[in-house]
Amino acid sequence: MPVLVLMIVLEDLYEIDERPDIFPTRICHPGDVKPVTIQPVSDRSLLLSLGDEISFDAHLAVVRLTQCLQGVRGILNLHPAYTSVLVDFDPRLRSHAQVEALVRERMASHADQLPPEPRRFEIPVHYGGENGPDLGDVARHTGLTERRVVELHAAAEYLVYFVGFATCFPYLGGLPPELATPRLAAPRKYVPEGSVAIGAEQAGIYPLASPGGWRLIGRTHLKLFDPSESPPPLLRMGDRVRFVPVREAQP
Amino acid sequence: MSRIHVLAPGFLTTVQDLGRFGYAHFGISASGAADPLALRAGNLLVGNAENAPALEMTLTGGEFAFEGTAVISLTGSDFASSIPLWQPVEIRNGETLTCGPARSGARCYLSIRGGLDVPLMMGSASVHVMTGVGGRPLRRGDVLPIGDRAVRRPRKPALGAPAHRGMACLRTTAGPQARWFGDELYTGGYRVREESNRMGIRLEGPALPSPGGHMITEGVPLGAVQAPPDGQPIVLFVEHQTTGGYPKPANVISADFWRLGQLRPRDEIRFERITMEGALALLRDQEEWLYSL
Repeated sequence: MPVLVLMIVLEDLYEIDERPDIFPTRICHPGDVKPVTIQPVSDRSLLLSLGDEISFDAHLAVVRLTQCLQGVRGILNLHPAYTSVLVDFDPRLRSHAQVEALVRERMASHADQLPPEPRRFEIPVHYGGENGPDLGDVARHTGLTERRVVELHAAAEYLVYFVGFATCFPYLGGLPPELATPRLAAPRKYVPEGSVAIGAEQAGIYPLASPGGWRLIGRTHLKLFDPSESPPPLLRMGDRVRFVPVREAQP
Repeated sequence: MSRIHVLAPGFLTTVQDLGRFGYAHFGISASGAADPLALRAGNLLVGNAENAPALEMTLTGGEFAFEGTAVISLTGSDFASSIPLWQPVEIRNGETLTCGPARSGARCYLSIRGGLDVPLMMGSASVHVMTGVGGRPLRRGDVLPIGDRAVRRPRKPALGAPAHRGMACLRTTAGPQARWFGDELYTGGYRVREESNRMGIRLEGPALPSPGGHMITEGVPLGAVQAPPDGQPIVLFVEHQTTGGYPKPANVISADFWRLGQLRPRDEIRFERITMEGALALLRDQEEWLYSL
């Protein structure tokens, strides 16, 4: 991958402090099943919830649920998130009770299914300047230098908890806690495509230009989603991501 | 093959079917007709399958020239056109259909016997306006081929078609955080704000108090009523985000989705709470009406 070449550049520039992999590849054993509560949230959907604690365990359970409900007849859409999966169905064809029974049956029959091996991506980022107009604010808020913010941001490994919001937005866990910065009081009307952002304790990348309230610290030229092509998008639930600073001017 | 030439697109005209399902886990919501009842009825009237791609016009309609003959229907709101609503109408070669500003409601559907022959993206012809998935709004000079996918004969005019009046009552069932809220949503009326679009219908009126609960971003369904920090509710609409972090006191029922599609800025609405059984019974009644077409 071309990004590997950029890693060498990075090493001259920054001293990487190696962090332990906080998202072990696999800690959940087949058969481990977290209790799921199922609640109707509209006349055409059920919310499957694994509690209100964001954790790697809950993430694996969400991955498993999403996997085992994929392509099931009568289910229209699945919306995975940190600790829950929303299931949309056609209420003309299925009742809440039928969909709940279907979900429980699939969970039981797929209890041994392992989550897919995580895929690893390196995302080249142009930090600061017009690519990252909020880098200075993040530095001020965190009491770090801009250079240190970039070092810390690029040294961490991130987990794609899920992809959602508006079109393939990856919700990344693993932001070094020192970098947590509150969202903007008033969201921007326009965030350029590829913006790399911090929203409180979360990290993310805007796949398309859109409104947004997260702090923009850089930008990648990698295309996360092309509306003229069919999914899957570049980043998917369960993938691991590292950011790699690049020095060249904007592409 | 017959074709439609777009002489004027109107304010916002897009190709829509009933939506693109199976991609919410990538953050892509279904999109689809804002008034699905009018789209389905329009398609049934001209003898199409109810999911055939048709044109959705918003607030001001367009002008369309037909190359070749066609059987069409206009359903939804009255857009001041010369042909009657809610019935199949034969169009001669070279004839032009002109639609004007909406006299009531917000959306009118032009269904064509055989459907529009447009490419599908991820299994649907629906344009997701905000992201560009499925294409873009129509422009002057666009040409749309008419397909040959009719499945039965055109039907008689529809009786008892739903009519949008100025004040809509939106029936709701409890949302996932309903317990965090009191009766605030149901005590006063709300007004539709200008910033409303296919992503969300923004309302102004009695502010919902900020509930104390701890909210983690979760999946959100169509019609969810969100309470953002300023307390002014937002109803998630066809191009809604797939996940969200605001608490949701209520969810508009499926049988009232068509009403959401006919709301225009400054319309007054109010919410009413009903049971899940009530919501499903209303949906069955609505389906009965469709099957009578």
